[in-house]
Amino acid sequence: MAFKIDLENPEVAIRETRLGSITGYNGNIGEIAACAEGAGGCALKNRERQFSQMSACSSGCAHTYLTRIADAAIVNHAPVGCIADTTVNNAEYKWGRKARGLGRANIRLINTNMTENDTVFGAAEKLKRAIREAYRRFNPKAIFVTTSCVSGIIGEDILSIIQAARAEIPVPVAPVFCEGFKSQIWASGFDAVFHAILTNIVKPPQKKSNKMNMINFTGSARKKVQEMLERFGVEPVFMVPFSTIEQLEKASEALATISICGTLSGYFGHALEKQYGVPYVKSIQPHGIAGTDAWLRAIGSLLGKEKIAEDYIREEHAKIADELAALRQSLKGTRAVVGMGPNYAHNYIRLLEEFSIEVVWGASWHYDPIYDNGKIPPAVQHLAESGKEELPFSVVDQQVYEIVNLLNRLKPDLYIGRHPGMTVWATKLGIPAIMVNDEFSAYGYQGFLDFGQRILDIMTNRNFIRQLSEHTRMPYTDWWMEQDAFRFLRETGRE
Amino acid sequence: MSEFIEQIRYVCALGSYHSVLAIERAVPILHAGGGCGQKLARTLGLSNGCQGSGYTGGHSIPCSNIGEKEVVFGGENKLREVVGNALKVMDADLFVILTACTSDIIGDDALEIARRFQKDGYPLVAVETGGFKGTNFFGHELVLDALIEQYLKPAGHTEPGLVNVWSVVPYQDPFWMGTYNEIEKLLSLLGLTPNIIFGPGPKRGIAALRKAPAAQFNLLISPWVGLSNVKRLEDKFGTPYLHYPSLPIGPSETGRFLRAVAEYAGIEAKRADKVIKNLEAQYFYFIDRASDSLLETRLMPRRFLTVADSFYALGLARFLIEDMGLLPETQYITDGAPPKYQQALADEFKNFAGGIKAEVKFLSDGGEIHEDIRRKSFRARPLLLGSAWDRVLAQEINAYQLSVSTPVSNRMVLDRSYVGYSGALRLVEDIYTLVLEDYQ
Repeated sequence: MAFKIDLENPEVAIRETRLGSITGYNGNIGEIAACAEGAGGCALKNRERQFSQMSACSSGCAHTYLTRIADAAIVNHAPVGCIADTTVNNAEYKWGRKARGLGRANIRLINTNMTENDTVFGAAEKLKRAIREAYRRFNPKAIFVTTSCVSGIIGEDILSIIQAARAEIPVPVAPVFCEGFKSQIWASGFDAVFHAILTNIVKPPQKKSNKMNMINFTGSARKKVQEMLERFGVEPVFMVPFSTIEQLEKASEALATISICGTLSGYFGHALEKQYGVPYVKSIQPHGIAGTDAWLRAIGSLLGKEKIAEDYIREEHAKIADELAALRQSLKGTRAVVGMGPNYAHNYIRLLEEFSIEVVWGASWHYDPIYDNGKIPPAVQHLAESGKEELPFSVVDQQVYEIVNLLNRLKPDLYIGRHPGMTVWATKLGIPAIMVNDEFSAYGYQGFLDFGQRILDIMTNRNFIRQLSEHTRMPYTDWWMEQDAFRFLRETGRE
Repeated sequence: MSEFIEQIRYVCALGSYHSVLAIERAVPILHAGGGCGQKLARTLGLSNGCQGSGYTGGHSIPCSNIGEKEVVFGGENKLREVVGNALKVMDADLFVILTACTSDIIGDDALEIARRFQKDGYPLVAVETGGFKGTNFFGHELVLDALIEQYLKPAGHTEPGLVNVWSVVPYQDPFWMGTYNEIEKLLSLLGLTPNIIFGPGPKRGIAALRKAPAAQFNLLISPWVGLSNVKRLEDKFGTPYLHYPSLPIGPSETGRFLRAVAEYAGIEAKRADKVIKNLEAQYFYFIDRASDSLLETRLMPRRFLTVADSFYALGLARFLIEDMGLLPETQYITDGAPPKYQQALADEFKNFAGGIKAEVKFLSDGGEIHEDIRRKSFRARPLLLGSAWDRVLAQEINAYQLSVSTPVSNRMVLDRSYVGYSGALRLVEDIYTLVLEDYQ
């Protein structure tokens, strides 16, 4: 088993090279589960596209994650368009602060506004001034410098510039290498952030704490998570959004790292485990019943508190039994398609089946055949072991034309997605669709029931769906709608 | 232009793919990284009055998703393939290739690729919009120039009364649809035939675009954006243009606007006067009725700050000063207006009815603007017309805040417009609702 993490290098290797991750594929769960040995075994061949629609990039993921750290600043070395994602980051940041009873504040980010001249002559001095200016304006506890396609292609010497800045700025200045063109897997941007945190922020442990690093996005279910962990006598620290630099420094002192999303947390979790011996809980995630059971058991076993886990599971199962039976009765026979990031897709396929919903197709935006410990993603293994090997599964990198074609052919009763900009197309086809915007949508037992009710609600009143589908046109030719959805996946290996 | 950008209020040149989206049945094809289009749609779309995917926006936009391989070996083959297949997959009548930073730096020749497709009879143009070249206001001009140069053909005749309307930048202005509709209504009242390419409907879109060379004149309602386009149309088709710098908001400016257009178009002054009189009567009926509240509610703002692009900074200032009797604090123009236009624009702010002047600052860096405003002191609560970024500052300085300029992420905007007489009423409603809601 090859371990994939190298904290000596200032730049994290992209997922394509580290994990053999892919963005184009069509097959089934059994096949992807069998290809878990990475490059040494039956590596999944990536298939490129002869036609594509806009996707996303690493820098977007990096900004999403960094902008909400409570007391850090970001300097983005790029033309101004590269921070066009930050208006959404700011809305999310303000919402998150409001939910925590904090005052209104904007994110703290400066863009170096690279111009044509800068692409010719470089803009090292400007970046230095921007770092100084960020320190002056925001008085942050750390500064993260994010790169861009332009800074990457012109070969800006980011490390030297940062080295110079460190001499005059009394807080950590950390490079985050997230050039969009370098990886087709935008989640590489999360790895870049975690790598920067691991190599610049996290300190060696002084003592062991009573806390667990809870890796997530919004912390919307803070109370629920706290209540659950209280039973075990431990408390969560929600990371990375809304955590402080001081909290991140102490990530090495935690009892364990737990997570709501394996795609997000894998790199950090495995690295903390390797570097500082902080165990990373690798069970399937706490979405749905099996997920929550497994997660609680893993935590219980880690802490030597198995009985607490079993008691809690028993209590909660009893509490939800009647409501769950009623939901299953109502949702039985519903045919669904799932299109999400990997891990979420695999976890949601499992939890939808727990409602007696039949998942007829699964798609993820990319796929990691292995995680950083060299092992198969647990959610995929779980699906394969519970008889879902034959379930069709594709990797579509947010390609709307593929999903629309597929939905039009399969005509499911329900589409479950995550990431903005897909649900609307399913709805225009007349298919009730839910976007799982909040990562805690089906968290724990009660969250699972709430999510079931949400599905039932969207399927009960279909009038908006009918109206929208009857009064809009799809932007695809009849020719395309009659083709195989994966016609443009080219049969080649990675070059 | 500011050295740095904190708080983005416009995007890069590639963001002008939104001007293509605003033309019905036109599809942009981005020769860009996978994240460029998505990011730009966030600021100009979702965070700007909730302008979502529509017919072919959002993740439906064809894009070459440039990766390391293209950066090293060039991306022309990939672009050619994506364009060729986009023509088969997407149901559209016009395609516009837009290049990005990456493709421009590595030197891919998208224009040549477009020419090949044009030769084969495909309705396709290309434009180099590498983000580092400038703002999306500038990019909007590049897109229109590309359409004029590569797509439009001489009409061979002039249609009297036909007026091409060029004004606010679609999507960058969340009110663009309502605004073009309102201008259309006003011009129609004068007896003109407005020809507008942006927005849905059988008269708009590609039909309007193809008709543009036959217009009697081009009407540019804009402080500076689009000036190069109407000049180009004049060079290419001999069509004269009227440049009206201020977005007409409220009775004073809209009256001037209608008279100026009528005079330029050779319409009798009497006709314009009659139109104006009718519209003023309707407008003042409501203002009359609202005056008790406007005059006697104790918390009404007397002074206003604007942090907006030049369209709105000027248009709003004219209305609030000349019709509503407010006094201007500093007006911040955030659209990166090129230096050659700044003096003329600043002069517009020295010339309000009643001899009132406003200080103008050209700054694109929200952090710098906020620091400047924090240094001021106010005797009473001011009105701050800006963007969602300014809600934080508004709380600090105890201002009433209304988002009118990118990013308008705290409002949903459908067909609302602040232009003309009815637009001014909407603005009065929005401002004073804000005050009343805050009061109770």
